[in-house]
Amino acid sequence: MLKSKNGMKDGLLNSVKAGPPALLELSSKITALVVDDNTLNQTIHHRLLDNLGIQNQVVGNGKEAVDVHCSGKNFDLILMDMDMPVMNGIEATRKLRTMGIRSLIAGVSARSTEKEKQEFIEAGLDDYQEKPLTTTKLASILHKVKKDG
Amino acid sequence: MERNQMHRQVSVMRQSLFDQGYLDEQFIQLEELQDDANPNFVEEVVTLYYRDSSRLILSIDQALERNPLDFNKLDTYMHQFKGSSTSIGAKKVKAECTQFREYCKVGNGEGCMRTFQQAKKEYTILKRKLEAYFQARQSGPSETACRPRN
Repeated sequence: MLKSKNGMKDGLLNSVKAGPPALLELSSKITALVVDDNTLNQTIHHRLLDNLGIQNQVVGNGKEAVDVHCSGKNFDLILMDMDMPVMNGIEATRKLRTMGIRSLIAGVSARSTEKEKQEFIEAGLDDYQEKPLTTTKLASILHKVKKDG
Repeated sequence: MERNQMHRQVSVMRQSLFDQGYLDEQFIQLEELQDDANPNFVEEVVTLYYRDSSRLILSIDQALERNPLDFNKLDTYMHQFKGSSTSIGAKKVKAECTQFREYCKVGNGEGCMRTFQQAKKEYTILKRKLEAYFQARQSGPSETACRPRN
């Protein structure tokens, strides 16, 4: 039987709290960039981050992600989709790393072959999660931000 | 008593969507993102899904009319459609999308066409069921508020 929805926010916060005690406090100070061409995913990922008190911005492709960094903005966390028009996630990740961007970049993709995943990781990812992104997956990414921060 | 009955009905409607395999765990993930500030988040996301995917469905329909079929293009469209369907927990739609992509890989045009018809059918059925569920969910509390006290 599927569980009823109650207190999942507490469950998420417990998950975030499972790491170092300061992680919960940190999540409200983290800034994030959502890079995805799909408006549905943009909406969901934006809400997932909002729900954790993470200030976030949304862009529609890799080029916009690069441009927003060129404008002087910086983010602690970048959620990067792989398949996007204009500039895909692999190219964007490589470009950002070449620019010296050291943010934690988590690839979030529906691609599931090992080869595609490996190519994305080798472009410079710190983490990779398969879509759809969930609160649990996001919590595991946030733990990495704390460890690397 | 009536209010409780209404809540029970809404709850039964919701559970049946899972029991009959129309929705999966991902839908619950979306529900968990609802709160007082975003009480209709799931309905908003589902509305967005049906709006965006209608364009994709049209593109796939048009692509299936071409001769010869461009399986790469079809697969690209279906990858997007599957991704969106997965994001809202549309389990049966997602399954048909997966099957469609298998037919694309082997260049089976008839299989693609047949599976796409099934995907559209599941897509439409789910839309009807979700509309009914959201309507019931919305009408419950406000009806209660409108009911005069005895």
